[in-house]
Amino acid sequence: MYGFNFNESFINELEQLERLFQRNLTSNIRPVARGTFPAINLGSTPQSVEVYAFVPGVDPKTLDIQIDKNLLTVQGERQLDLPNEQEKATIYAQERFSGKFKRVITLPDDADATKVSANCKNGVLHISIQRREEAQPKRIEIH
Amino acid sequence: MTAVNINQEKSVTKKDAENRPVLRPLVTIVEGDWGFTLTAEMPGVPKEDVIVNVESDTLTLEGEIALPFPEGMEATHAEVNLARYKRAFTLSRELDTSKIEATQKDGVVTLKIPKAAHAQPRKIEVQIG
Repeated sequence: MYGFNFNESFINELEQLERLFQRNLTSNIRPVARGTFPAINLGSTPQSVEVYAFVPGVDPKTLDIQIDKNLLTVQGERQLDLPNEQEKATIYAQERFSGKFKRVITLPDDADATKVSANCKNGVLHISIQRREEAQPKRIEIH
Repeated sequence: MTAVNINQEKSVTKKDAENRPVLRPLVTIVEGDWGFTLTAEMPGVPKEDVIVNVESDTLTLEGEIALPFPEGMEATHAEVNLARYKRAFTLSRELDTSKIEATQKDGVVTLKIPKAAHAQPRKIEVQIG
């Protein structure tokens, strides 16, 4: 007997799952492949945009951070300290990224490129960009 | 580079009651004559929160990410979507677990795991004549 005869309801469920995962899947114009270095998390407050770039093993002094219009660029290079061919050593696992990297992030229109702070700690680069004041929500008092 | 404490006691392992999904730190493992160098990426984990545990032949590396969040921040995009790293390695018998050295720099943990003296390769000189 052939063991791959799924019954119909199972197929239906699979299709439903597929549809579920495809729903709302719009792609960014600057898409990111899985495992891209550095990984980036973004956060937002009414006053600021918060960017966290995971850059383990990168000397913070070598990081190049730029904002041009509403694009934030983080670039740099990471060299791994691997044994060279002369050394008597065996590399069993090499999962870590090595070489030059560059990531571009689109900032919201109200981000103020003149009010930026950047801090690197424990291999995480934290960039905080203030939003322009006129764009911040204001409470209007009724007198 | 700052030193990381290594937990050698057997009974103090925190039971992984929190059977939560974890991030797997990316590693480089290199073996030389003297022993192994294991380099693991754990960005966002402060040095004092890196846990290196050796229990019989299992070495476990773990740590929790601690990032500065401004008040009221909402996450809008996350490629690192868990807060905890954990990965275990099986050690081989010739390794001297009592002499493991651990350091942390820029979110990278480096473990030096030496081989026991008797397990290190010796060069045998051939006498001629």
